[in-house]
Amino acid sequence: MATHERGALDSLLATHEQEVYQDWIGQLRAEGAFSSGRTSEGELTGECARFLRLLREAVASGDLDVSGPAFASVRDLLTDVSRSRAVQGFAPRETAAFVFSLKQPLFQALARHSEGQFDPFRASWDIGTMIDRLGLHTMEVFQTSREQLIRRQQEEISELSTPVIKLWDGVLALPLIGTLDSQRTQVVMENLLESIVQQGAEIAIIDITGVPTVDTLTAQHLLKTVAAARLMGADCIISGIRPQIAQTMVHLGVELSVVSKASLADAFALALARQGRTVTKLRTPAAAGPAVA
Amino acid sequence: MAETLQIRSSDDVVRVRQRVRLFAVEAGMTLVDQTKIVTAASELARNTLDYGGGGTVEIEALAAPQRGVRLTFADQGPGIADIEAALRDGYTTGNGLGLGLGGAKRLSSEFHVESWPGQGTRVRIARWR
Amino acid sequence: MDRIPILKLGKALLVTIQVDMHDRLATALEEDLTAKIVSVGARGVLIDISALEIVDSFIGRMLDNIAAVSRVLDARTVVVGMRPAVAITLVELGLSLTGVQTALDVERGMRLLGQSPFELLSEPDDDCDSGG
Repeated sequence: MATHERGALDSLLATHEQEVYQDWIGQLRAEGAFSSGRTSEGELTGECARFLRLLREAVASGDLDVSGPAFASVRDLLTDVSRSRAVQGFAPRETAAFVFSLKQPLFQALARHSEGQFDPFRASWDIGTMIDRLGLHTMEVFQTSREQLIRRQQEEISELSTPVIKLWDGVLALPLIGTLDSQRTQVVMENLLESIVQQGAEIAIIDITGVPTVDTLTAQHLLKTVAAARLMGADCIISGIRPQIAQTMVHLGVELSVVSKASLADAFALALARQGRTVTKLRTPAAAGPAVA
Repeated sequence: MAETLQIRSSDDVVRVRQRVRLFAVEAGMTLVDQTKIVTAASELARNTLDYGGGGTVEIEALAAPQRGVRLTFADQGPGIADIEAALRDGYTTGNGLGLGLGGAKRLSSEFHVESWPGQGTRVRIARWR
Repeated sequence: MDRIPILKLGKALLVTIQVDMHDRLATALEEDLTAKIVSVGARGVLIDISALEIVDSFIGRMLDNIAAVSRVLDARTVVVGMRPAVAITLVELGLSLTGVQTALDVERGMRLLGQSPFELLSEPDDDCDSGG
């Protein structure tokens, strides 16, 4: 990037920083940045002040290359601002506005103070390009932070939605929730097999009521898990299969016979029956405690 | 890091399993992935011994783009006349050679086999972390 | 040569595989088991593989063979204690071990064979020891 008009930006910021700052705050206020309620006025004005100072120092170096070492602290500040906004749930536009709204104040300052000193067209080009690139940097950081957040949330959901539950002595249940991708299914299935060993459970009920779709790869993982459990000495019952999923499994040309039941309750009843157990009614009801409020 | 082992006896097959296990652990593989590559190695080592008249295996630790293990089995045996058939036969439990090759393929992230009838066979597999 | 010991438990034979077997050892086990099923009139064979970290097609075939031979000799075979990683790998390998019954552990395996786990009647047999 050219360093011809460093005099322009440099002297503008060196001499008229306060003016630019006030105009910028005014611009942000006009755009409603202070009324969103998510940042306090003090925080935002503080960020602006810091940014302008760092920008002035960077420009004073003579190098207007936004990706260069002179702009390192400017980029760092923008990274922090952008990241915290991404995590707090700001809209992308609000985050970009922080940087782009600085353009107008700078152009205004240029218009007021440039007569005769330097080429205003060149200067406004430099200002525009610099702000655009800083704005892009801000957006990139914002995007990455959002993606990281989403990934973390996905992991949490994944952990929450695949517990292995002991229904009774020797009977485990694995209620699967949400869409299953190949990776997650493998992990979940390995957990189930481990639990079978640890709990000494001969029957595992895999309930897929909460799974809207099962692709062929996931169905294959399910069937492989059933086969692996059988090799270990346990039987699986699959419950909660929707019609579409039933079709997918049939189309796979299943060579293994998998016992399946419509509901988890039916599967549990079957599991108990296999163990030679049954649920009977007490002749006299168990003594009731104090009435439940 | 790499190592070459001779495969001349069934004791060597056991040694191959143990060395591959070490490399797999070093590469940070999960227990299931370790088991898969060690089992694949066992299959191929046995093939080398039983059908290749003995041979070698080179075990390499991979670092980029991911950590992993690569194995190259080589012998100067009669070779495999029909590789397609050998891989297909992997689905039946009867034929020892078939199950070994097809099975090793299914257990690996990467699989290459070259064979020159009358001259020898080379099988290369890799498993990523 | 080391041979894998075979314990007699009532009318059942119990084998615990704890070493990474080389082929000769596996073949010897098949032979020893066959001989023993006949000599004691065993009705069941229990193979405990809970210590095995690897089961490849050779071992798989050994288990299938033992099951087939014992069936011919009017005995049943149960394989117990397969580890999850091993089970997952065998399925991927394509080994279904259809001729073999499985159970989670020795106790359940004995139940499958119709033997009470407490029928530990017998002294360990003297014609099969682990002397090398």
